[in-house]
Amino acid sequence: MLSTPAAAGLALAVDAVDLSFGGIHALRGVSFAAAPGRITAIIGPNGAGKTSVFNTISGFYRPAAGRVRLGADDITDLPVHARAGRGLARTFQNIALFHGLTVLENIKLGGHHTMRSGVLSALVYGRGVRDEELALREEVERRVIDFLEIEHIRHLPVDVLPYGLQKRVELARALAMRPRVLLLDEPVAGMNREETEDMARFILDVQEEWGVTVLLVEHDMGMVMDISSHVVVLNFGEVIASGTPAEVRRHPQVVEAYLGAESAVAA
Amino acid sequence: MNEFIEYSLLGLFSGGVTALVALSFVLIYKGTGVVNFAVGEFMMLGAYLYYAGAVSFGLPPWAAFVVSLLLTGILAILVERAVLRPLSGQPAVAVMMATIGMASIIHGGVEAIWGGDTYSPPTLLPRTPLTMGEILIPGTVLGNFAVAALLIGAFLAFFRYSKTGIALRATASDPVTAATLGINIDFSQRLTWVLSGLVGTVAGVLIASSAGLSPLLAAAALGVFAAIILGGLDSILGAIVASMLLGWVEALGAGYLGGKSRDILPFVVVLVILVVRPYGMFGTRSIERL
Repeated sequence: MLSTPAAAGLALAVDAVDLSFGGIHALRGVSFAAAPGRITAIIGPNGAGKTSVFNTISGFYRPAAGRVRLGADDITDLPVHARAGRGLARTFQNIALFHGLTVLENIKLGGHHTMRSGVLSALVYGRGVRDEELALREEVERRVIDFLEIEHIRHLPVDVLPYGLQKRVELARALAMRPRVLLLDEPVAGMNREETEDMARFILDVQEEWGVTVLLVEHDMGMVMDISSHVVVLNFGEVIASGTPAEVRRHPQVVEAYLGAESAVAA
Repeated sequence: MNEFIEYSLLGLFSGGVTALVALSFVLIYKGTGVVNFAVGEFMMLGAYLYYAGAVSFGLPPWAAFVVSLLLTGILAILVERAVLRPLSGQPAVAVMMATIGMASIIHGGVEAIWGGDTYSPPTLLPRTPLTMGEILIPGTVLGNFAVAALLIGAFLAFFRYSKTGIALRATASDPVTAATLGINIDFSQRLTWVLSGLVGTVAGVLIASSAGLSPLLAAAALGVFAAIILGGLDSILGAIVASMLLGWVEALGAGYLGGKSRDILPFVVVLVILVVRPYGMFGTRSIERL
């Protein structure tokens, strides 16, 4: 029996990252850290550079300057697919499930990178290793499915599921990767109240029970303030504030930039 | 009745080989999104390499076959690296034009080296015909079909069950997400080109060793395009079913209406079916028509 499908969370550090497209500076000297095993949120108005940060961490964008570190490793120059093996997993703002495949097949693809064995390596390492890997992987899949309460839909094609459930399946696939750092890009965007509360509970459980480091981008301020232990505020590609939700909420620059100058009194 | 059965079997069996060529095309379309107009030329080149190995260099046919597979595999890697990778992200039409360019280069190269004559390469398969009562099926037709069926079956199993096959499917469906799941996209796309090249070479060698080898072999791919469009560009199963169907229609037409109908009838069938199902028999509804 596995205590946790994931190994303990790793720290994720973004260090003085510059990113530009042509003449446009998407990110300027962005630095922050996501503490191991905690939930960190990135907030900011549209176009502030939140998704650029995510894509830099994932490896889709190469920063012009600065480093990205996962635990003790510098992953700035690793190709996208190699980062999965280091324990990095993510979900997307627009659900990125494989259409035409079932829930279970999608989740199994999450465990893909953990399988060393093809036909050749089965010969090299022997059947025992392969069987062990398979068993471990199935155990992880079973636990993930149990955990996210999607047992009843596991054989359905993902296309027929309602939006909220698709988001949950995408989270399940990310968890099946046995991540040490989990990036969630707007996990509750477009969800109703009830779905949002469910998702918030799942994210908290992931962090509390499995010790995964969570970094999320989200517009739903209520949810961000409720579940995050650390909040980073971006505006025009720069970090303008960071701290606990309470600190950030009071920060004058944040109130002005993010909520609008008039809201200062209300906040 | 015997006549009908004989024509039908001949048609379905030759459709099996067409399906191999179609598979060579669909692999690349599905795996990399590239519409490869050089599929017929790759197939032809594979057959010429086989001929060169077996006749010019005097290798035993099986050795020549292995060498031709190796060479087309290497060529596929080079083409993917030197032509397709730099063009990734460019408009589909630009990439398509590049494949048409490759087709011309291969065609010209083959004619420059071997000229326009028809050669008969040695066969790999036994020529013993199959007789069932009054029905007679030539041995090469049967052998070609057996090889094609085996290879296609292996591919279907590969995509359904193997780790690499599933990774290829995921890459085809959504490369960005596949990469975040730890799948190496560059490797997947290179492998797709290699597999397509190998399948094309097998088809080329089969066709050339039963019907003769000349630069006209590449034109055989024209009929294959009909099958691919009919099946739905992105469906392997569709390509197989459509190839068999067209092979059958072609053989019946040639048998009852005379050889000339062979060039017309399949396209009439394609036209009629596309009017009813514009995305092909098995294709994805949202597919872009080219």
